[in-house]
Amino acid sequence: MRIACPFCGPRGSEEYTYLGDATVRRPEGDAPSEAWFAYVYLRDNPAGRHRELWYHGAGCRSWLVVERDMRSHDILSVAPARDMALARGRAA
Amino acid sequence: MLAEKYSIVSVVAQALRGQRGWKPVWREPEPRAEYDVVIVGGGGHGLATAWYLASQHGITSVAVLEKGYLGSGNVGRNTTIVRSNYLLPGNIPFYEHSLKLWEGLERDINYNAMVSQRGVLNLFHSDAQRDAYARRGNAMRLHGVDAELLDRDAVRRLYPFFDYDNARFPIQGGLLQPRGGTVRHDAVAWGYARAADRRGVDLIQNCEVTGIRVEGGRAVGVETGRGVIRARKIGLACAGNSSRVAAMAGLRLPIESHVLQAFVSEGIKPLVDGVVTFGAGHFYMSQSDKGGLVFGGDIDGYNSYAQRGNLPVVEDVCEGGMALMPGIGRLRLLRQWGGLMDMSMDGSPIIDRTPVEGLYLNAGWCYGGFKATPASGWCFAHLIARDAPHPVATAFRLDRFATGHLIDEKGAGAQPNLH
Ligand SMILES: Cc1cc2nc3c(=O)[nH]c(=O)nc-3n(C[C@H](O)[C@H](O)[C@H](O)COP(=O)(O)OP(=O)(O)OC[C@H]3O[C@@H](n4cnc5c(N)ncnc54)[C@H](O)[C@@H]3O)c2cc1C
Ligand SMILES: [Zn+2]
Repeated sequence: MRIACPFCGPRGSEEYTYLGDATVRRPEGDAPSEAWFAYVYLRDNPAGRHRELWYHGAGCRSWLVVERDMRSHDILSVAPARDMALARGRAA
Repeated sequence: MLAEKYSIVSVVAQALRGQRGWKPVWREPEPRAEYDVVIVGGGGHGLATAWYLASQHGITSVAVLEKGYLGSGNVGRNTTIVRSNYLLPGNIPFYEHSLKLWEGLERDINYNAMVSQRGVLNLFHSDAQRDAYARRGNAMRLHGVDAELLDRDAVRRLYPFFDYDNARFPIQGGLLQPRGGTVRHDAVAWGYARAADRRGVDLIQNCEVTGIRVEGGRAVGVETGRGVIRARKIGLACAGNSSRVAAMAGLRLPIESHVLQAFVSEGIKPLVDGVVTFGAGHFYMSQSDKGGLVFGGDIDGYNSYAQRGNLPVVEDVCEGGMALMPGIGRLRLLRQWGGLMDMSMDGSPIIDRTPVEGLYLNAGWCYGGFKATPASGWCFAHLIARDAPHPVATAFRLDRFATGHLIDEKGAGAQPNLH
C-alpha cells in the first residue's frame, strides 16, 4: 500500500503511522460524559470509504487525512490534516 | 438422519469397506421460518454456541446462519495456538475455563480436533521483561494455572538452535505454559458443526444476514439472502464484521476491523516441538503436523475489510524469525493469508446483552479468539439461555467502556492497533 503524501510524493505505508478515524470530533470540555465516551470509544468502522489520520513520520512529519476504501485498500484522496482543520474553522 | 458416531469400530468397518461408506458430516437443511435462537456467524464461536445451547441447555430449535461456508472466516485462518497465560482477573478464569474445555473437547463432540498440549513459551530478552513475565506467571499460578519461569539454560535445553547471544536481543529465559499448545483449527469448526447438527441444530450456509428486524425495541428476526427468519433470540458471533452486523440494529461498537496475516513455510523434518514467541519483536512460531513452520506476527495496523495484508508486515515477521532463529534463513514461505478481526478498544472481548431486547453480542476477540472458542460458546450459550452472564465472563460487558471497567492487558489505551 502506497500513500501519496502531498509534500513527499508516493511512499510505502511503512513510512507512516496510523492513528484511526479522522471524523470523530473532540467534544467541548464540559460536554456530558456520554459525548466523551462516544468520542473515545465508538467508531463507525464502515466496510467502504473511511477517512483516517496517518502521520508521515519517516518523511515530512505532517499529519494527513487519507480517504481509503477498506475493502480494497484503494487510496481515494490525501490532504494535509491542518488544511482540513483550518477549513473547518479550527486551528490544527 | 443423524451422522454416525465415530469410534474405533466405525474406523475399522470403513477401512474394510474401502472408506466408501462415510456419510455427509452434517445435513444441508432449508431454513425454517422461525427458531428459538438464531446465531449469526458460522465461525468457531457461533458453532460452539449452538453446540452448548443444545448440549448444556436443551435448546435445539437453533439455526446458525453463515454468509459463506462454515469455517471460511478466522476459525480457519488462525495460527491455532491455545493458551491461558493472561494477567488480569477478568481474563484469567475465562481463558483457563477455555483451556479446560479444550482438554475434554474431543470426547465431548466425538471428533478428533488434534488438541496438542505441546507447551507455549514466551521468551524474554531483558531484566524488565523477566520481571513482567515473572509477575504474569505468578498471577497465573495464583489462579491455579500452570506456569514455569525458565532461565536461559532451561530454554537452551528445549530449543538449542535459537540465537542466544544476539547482540541486541539476547535470550535471557522464558515463561512456559506446558498445558498450552495447538488445536487443528478446521477440525474445531467441523467438529462443533457436526456435533450441533447431530442434536438438530440447522446449519445454513451461503446465508448472509442483511438486516435485523427490531419491533418495539425488540429484535424479532433477521433478513437474509434466503428470506426472513424469525427468532425469539438472536446472537451475533460475526468476528471481524461485528460493527457491520450490529449497525443493522442501530448499534455503534467500540471496535475497529483490522487484518492479521499468517505464514507457512515449506515442510521440514520435526524441529520445533512447541509454540514459541519472540519477546523483542512481533514473531511467533510452531510446526504443523505436515512439517511446515507456521509464523505469525503483528496486525497490519490500519482498518481493513480486505482479508489480505501488505508487505511491510511480511518483512517484519521474517526479520523477527531471523533474529530468533537464523537457521531458517533459506526456508521458503509457501503460503500467506490474512483474516479480519474485531480489534476492541481495550483488547478484550464482549459477551453481553445489547440495548436491543433479545439481541446478544459476542465480539471483539482481537487476535486471540481461537483459544477462546470453547469458553466463548459455553458462556454465550449460557447468556442466551438464561439471560444472565456466566460467572467466568462477567467482566466482558459492553458497557465497561462507558463505566471505566476496562480490561486492558497491554495498558495501551483506546487505540485498537496497539493491543
Ligand atoms: C491470521 C490469524 C491468526 C490468528 N491466530 C490465532 C491464534 O494463534 N490463537 C488464537 O487464539 N486466536 C488467533 N486468531 C484469532 C481468532 O482466529 C479469532 O479471534 C476467532 O477465530 C474469531 O471467532 P470465530 O471463529 O467465531 O470467527 P470467524 O470464523 O471469523 O466467524 C465469524 C463468521 O461470521 C460470518 N459472518 C460475518 N458477517 C455475516 C453476516 N452478515 N451474515 C452471516 N454470517 C456472517 C463470517 O463469514 C464468519 O464465518 C488469529 C486470527 C487470524 C486472522
Ligand atoms: Zn510527507
